Amino acid sequence: MTRAVAPERRAERFIALEEHESTHDRLVWGMRQHRDQAVAGVPEWEGLRELASQIKEHTLTNLDHYLEQFEENAKKLGTHVHWARDTGEHNAIVYDVLRTHSVRSLIKSKSMLQEECGMTPYLEKRGITVTESDLGERIQQLSHEPPSHIVVPAIHKLRTDIAELFAREIGSDPKNAEPHYLTEAMRANARPRFLAADAAMTGANFAVAETGGFVVCTNEGNADIGASVPPLHIASIGIEKLIPRARDLGVFVRMLSRSALGSPMTQYTSHFHGPRRGGELHVVLVDNTRSERLGSPDFWHALKCIRCGACMNTCPVYRRGGGLSYGATYSGPIGVILDPGFDLEKYRELPFHSSLCGSCTQVCPVKIDVSDQIYKWRRVVAARGMLRLSKRVGMSALGATLAHPAAFRAAESAAETALAGLPRFALYNPLNPWGRHRELPDVPRTTFRQWYLEHRAKEDR
Amino acid sequence: MQTWLPMKVGLFIPCYVDAFFPEVGVATLELLERLGCSVEYPLDQTCCGQPMANSGCQDDAAATEAHFVRCFQDFEVVVGPSGSCVHHVRQNLDATEQTPAALKVRASTRELVEFLYDDLRIEAFPWARFPHKVGLHNSCSAARGLGHERPSERVNDPLFSKTRNLLGKVHGLELVEIDRLDECCGFGGSFCVTDEAVSAKMGWDRVRDFHRHGAEYIASADMSCLLHMKGVIDRLGLPLKAIHIAQILNGAAR
Repeated sequence: MTRAVAPERRAERFIALEEHESTHDRLVWGMRQHRDQAVAGVPEWEGLRELASQIKEHTLTNLDHYLEQFEENAKKLGTHVHWARDTGEHNAIVYDVLRTHSVRSLIKSKSMLQEECGMTPYLEKRGITVTESDLGERIQQLSHEPPSHIVVPAIHKLRTDIAELFAREIGSDPKNAEPHYLTEAMRANARPRFLAADAAMTGANFAVAETGGFVVCTNEGNADIGASVPPLHIASIGIEKLIPRARDLGVFVRMLSRSALGSPMTQYTSHFHGPRRGGELHVVLVDNTRSERLGSPDFWHALKCIRCGACMNTCPVYRRGGGLSYGATYSGPIGVILDPGFDLEKYRELPFHSSLCGSCTQVCPVKIDVSDQIYKWRRVVAARGMLRLSKRVGMSALGATLAHPAAFRAAESAAETALAGLPRFALYNPLNPWGRHRELPDVPRTTFRQWYLEHRAKEDR
Repeated sequence: MQTWLPMKVGLFIPCYVDAFFPEVGVATLELLERLGCSVEYPLDQTCCGQPMANSGCQDDAAATEAHFVRCFQDFEVVVGPSGSCVHHVRQNLDATEQTPAALKVRASTRELVEFLYDDLRIEAFPWARFPHKVGLHNSCSAARGLGHERPSERVNDPLFSKTRNLLGKVHGLELVEIDRLDECCGFGGSFCVTDEAVSAKMGWDRVRDFHRHGAEYIASADMSCLLHMKGVIDRLGLPLKAIHIAQILNGAAR
């Protein structure tokens, strides 16, 4: 079996960096609070959630129809439309277009799908320089790390980490960690690359079947500088990004940034309808396991996701452990339910990296049953025999004990004897994780059952 | 005046309450009896199956769940002082065959707070005095799972809390407000040992939120959350105590 990512160990290392963890928790919880304030300003919010969910369910249920409609309308606008079954096909298509246009340098805005495809390393191996234009993504690119959050990719870093990184990579003052200074330093460094790029790549937040256009939302305008300067623009679009009509955008655009950061809209909501004059526009529609997921009764609802990150912001486990602990393209609760669909063996521990508090399900703007899906993935992992050995053996023994009253009572008195009789060093050791940061409970003299037999059962007789 | 008919209540005392917190079982039993219920504790009960099912182990949960159904199938209503166990029974007890008996037990299992608030509609607890500052911890399975209160995420829904309402009827009890109303304490079943670092940090943060706001007690309808938080309180040496709501409503002498 492939070695599994161990999110709990990575999370433990992040928590050990005390200032990182506490700052991360405070900032990410702050986004949740901003979301709450923004939602309070939209009294019909719950109705919008229901509508958004229904639009997505309808689209996914008729996805073949809407994809073909999108393709037809996009072509009418002069857009080249490509279809990719998986990451390999996506990367090959992109590289082919770039090679045909003799592209040496590429500016890209944020795209989780391109992360999913491992596109940047693929292109760089073939001699194409790729520059992220989103500030957070650029920080992550220079750090050789994947994004830790869908919306704010470098949120796990402190300002001082970034000052150090920029000093090393772009020669800024290592002692100046002031955000304006750091942003300006990167702006001055990146601008010439932006202007000299041969091609631009973007993702898409929404693709509209009835128009053949697509929408890219950013807060930095970085997708726009990319798409406006070089003559060639390629957009990678997951097939679940389709919505039927332009008017449906009104539902999603109202919810996206409110859910993500608590702002009414992203600063830039850019609509692309065919190539600009003298330019060329390509769209790559990517499946990469989405069709397979669409056929799963338990998990197809995850395809409704609009990548707002609200589930990450509210997740107490994500906030403590950080996004990199998931060791996957998608982190947080949405990652826990998406990643095992890409590689169950590798991500088999992720469904257990959750306290199942259910907050993710409540904040999700498109009403994905995130928490229930986490629970169901646990069943899949266990049913495929992929539970770690200690859990497999432990649960089997526990199940055998708890099914029989006499066995249960024997275990109870054994546990009490153990807890009461063992010295402190035996209870609080590294092999007993409970005791690392917590005391064990006191042991009562009797169980409830014994008390009941003494005080009540006699009266019944 | 209270107008309900006496009910035959099956008392469900979860395995860890039986072993570690018998006083919570006693308080639940005494409280239900004070309120006029006829209560019986089936002596063969063990567990609802949640520990195995929560780890995805349906096969290992099936026999325990079937045993739970056998123990409680003859009662009109089953009441237990634990949001998370009742949530398992109602929402997830499906490893065992879904016979008419299983479906009946699942539908008639109630958590203590909802039984008092929704079914019995208790107006007063004249015997209950608790002159202390209390922080309320609604467990995630009670708050979001069973609907004990409006979850904080649903900002536009009307505010309500069944637990808060019941505690408001106790003389002298003062509820303290905290920063993160329904943040998870980090217990999470076996999560608390398999993801120990995250679980403990969540517990430390939760307990400190109560402490910072002057609570003397953390009260909850879930002893499992309290078991975890009490472990943290004792380790940090904070002047805080954990108490089950059944104990307060039954007139805990403190």
